[in-house]
Amino acid sequence: MRRFALLLLILLSCSQRRGGIIIAGSTSVQPFIEKIAEHFMEKYPEIKINVQSGGSTAGIQATFNRTCNIGMSSRDLKMDEQALQTVLIAVDGIAVIVHTENPITNLGLEQVRGIFSGKITNWKELGGNEDVIIPVTREEGSGTRASFEKMIMGEVAISDACLVQDSNGAVREIIATTPQGIGYISVGLVDNREQTVAINGVKPTLAHLVTGQYRFTRPFLLLFLEEPQGDAKKFLDFVLSEEGQNILKSDGLIPAREINVD
Amino acid sequence: MTFRIGPRTSQIIAYILLLVMTSITVIVLFFIIVYIFNHGIGQLSLEFLTDRTREMGKEGGIFPSIIGTLLVTMFAIAVATPLGVGSAVYLVEYTRGGLIRRIISFGADCLAGVPSIIFGLFGFIFFVIKLNLGWSIISGGLTLAVMILPTVIRTAEEAIKAVPHTYREISYSLGGGKLDTIVKVVLPTSLPGILTGIILGIGRAVGETAAVIFTAGSALGIPTSLFSSTRTLAVHFYILAREGISMPKAYGTATVLIIIILAVNFIAYRLMHRFIARYY
Amino acid sequence: MKDKIAENILLLIAFSAILSLLLITFFIFQQGIPLIFKTGLHNFFSISWSPTKGGFGILSMIIGSLMVTAGALVVGIPFGLACAVFLAEFSSPTIQKTLKPIIELLAGIPSVVYGFIGIVILVPFIRETFGGPGFSVLAASIILGIMILPTIVSISYDSLLAVPNTYREGSYALGATKWQTVRMLLLHAARSGIVAGIILGMGRAIGETMAVIMIAGNALKIPGSLLDSVRTLTSTIALELGYAAGDHRAALFACGSILFIIIIILNIVAIRVTGRK
Repeated sequence: MRRFALLLLILLSCSQRRGGIIIAGSTSVQPFIEKIAEHFMEKYPEIKINVQSGGSTAGIQATFNRTCNIGMSSRDLKMDEQALQTVLIAVDGIAVIVHTENPITNLGLEQVRGIFSGKITNWKELGGNEDVIIPVTREEGSGTRASFEKMIMGEVAISDACLVQDSNGAVREIIATTPQGIGYISVGLVDNREQTVAINGVKPTLAHLVTGQYRFTRPFLLLFLEEPQGDAKKFLDFVLSEEGQNILKSDGLIPAREINVD
Repeated sequence: MTFRIGPRTSQIIAYILLLVMTSITVIVLFFIIVYIFNHGIGQLSLEFLTDRTREMGKEGGIFPSIIGTLLVTMFAIAVATPLGVGSAVYLVEYTRGGLIRRIISFGADCLAGVPSIIFGLFGFIFFVIKLNLGWSIISGGLTLAVMILPTVIRTAEEAIKAVPHTYREISYSLGGGKLDTIVKVVLPTSLPGILTGIILGIGRAVGETAAVIFTAGSALGIPTSLFSSTRTLAVHFYILAREGISMPKAYGTATVLIIIILAVNFIAYRLMHRFIARYY
Repeated sequence: MKDKIAENILLLIAFSAILSLLLITFFIFQQGIPLIFKTGLHNFFSISWSPTKGGFGILSMIIGSLMVTAGALVVGIPFGLACAVFLAEFSSPTIQKTLKPIIELLAGIPSVVYGFIGIVILVPFIRETFGGPGFSVLAASIILGIMILPTIVSISYDSLLAVPNTYREGSYALGATKWQTVRMLLLHAARSGIVAGIILGMGRAIGETMAVIMIAGNALKIPGSLLDSVRTLTSTIALELGYAAGDHRAALFACGSILFIIIIILNIVAIRVTGRK
């Protein structure tokens, strides 16, 4: 017992809050930042980075109340959040995905709306197999959901009958294992276990994203309460460096560099 | 014409039915463990246990999560043990029924039934936000401490109750005060029983997800201080499995998790048994 | 003197559990209850849940929680009781000594592992056999039923063993078979313990979060059949807490408040039932 207390004391004494960066926010941005952070820490082993997911809104709040040093958001800031400094690091597309065995590879915008609003319930209505459609959406409050509603659904509400999952990964996992499923995730997170659907004939490829032919895109932002300094500045510079931007590009995002060029 | 089953026949039918249902239950529970082990044992290697986590868990090992689990659990135990054992000592040695005893018992019983998501909500609003401890080992540890407190209290209470009264009387007759008697006689004698409760608490803390994910967070790095956020094994497994990041790694992590929990519970069971054999 | 100080310190410590309970109650209610009144009871207990647009109706989640809990009991009670009766009355001491601890050991398996088994085995099985998304009331009920088994078995078993042997002997002397004794006598005598076990199991089922999130699909619509997806109070909290802010977060604490009230009532009933023994 006494040894235990001693150990605890040692742990407490070497605990300090400084000496690291805490990054928190959007679950969509998190995987990419996590990856960049791994590379960053190989280069600067003395700077420890902690990446927390929790959602864009949580990230914005955490930046405001200094729970984190850098926030991540996958949506533009609202009016009352504008006090934060934002840095665009990449642009991401929202891809509609289906199971690899699904013969449907192209949908009209109205058809996508019909599926997620619950008006179209069978793949046969879209020229596919006779089978129910299982749409999967994100939870209320998700930045990806907000973008999907704004860009794709428009005024149409997402049906209550949709399955609800709380991360890109969880949606992807269900689509990968459910032949009747359809969902939407960040383009950068699509892998070969599911396939993307073209909307109005345009596939969400990197080329189409860059040229703007694929319209359903959103910003990935890093947020700061004040002008970034010290370790936070070092990290931001790394994200915007060629090395950092290439990591984002290799994962299917359009790096901010390429947008700033146009 | 009515057909009646005789008592002998119904006895046989009932026996067979009960046997079948019990077998199904045991088989299902066993199947779960065997299934996970079957897929996960192959993943285990020294490297898996000691390497850091890469590519969100797709590559590398689970070392940061092992450290995180260890720290969060130790912190929880360090807080819950004095509180739990102290409560138990007070309950057994200082109260003789009465209102205070009833209130304390009610508190422990109710706390034991509170679901982990409520602890998660509470820890999030109280430790993470109000006390501004952030997502950290401290927040997670404190939340878990509250969660396992009833287990520690209840087991310690039983253990202290089981100490024969003659022990105390001998101590008093030798001139020992009440506190001396508790510290030198009662606690050492009931130690195995008290340890059982602590170990059961460890088991619960290690397997917990909902209460830690909102308090300790889910950061992947190796924690550098008690204020670091960390991702415990259970949370890491949850994220790996749920988001389909890597099924082999998920099975491997689950195997480690189950081995730890079975080992912990087995030790608790053996301790309890030896203790019971000695005093009942 | 030393003893007096020690007693006072211990008294303080002894209030840690009840104090924690009060703190939890205070913070959950403080965060959640104001929103219930702001929304109005009528709206709060409606089915329109769109917290980012001002809809805070939690009725479908309450119904969802009740459905999966009822489902879990349908699975858990017969199997749990059967195990308890078989172990307590129909098996040799060796089997008792082996199986009881094993079943209790299994109570320690983390809920995420049960959820995982649900995802990889049960959900695909239900989808391919019965149709629908697989993520369903049925899947959640079965997994929760399995999860509450150890609670029901363990408490029912203990209360069956606590029935004095003279009851059994008297019954056999009257010529009753073992099964008749169990059915007519022992189950009645052990009733309060069994009921307490079931209530505690119920509390576990209604409060379970991670396993349910993984396998219930979480659709908001009130399920029309066992094969439909379902959303519970707990899964709403865990799904949305990360993103929630302002009234949305308050609404999740309101869900927590309702859940907390249900759990405390169940606990009090369970304590009462066992207390009468």
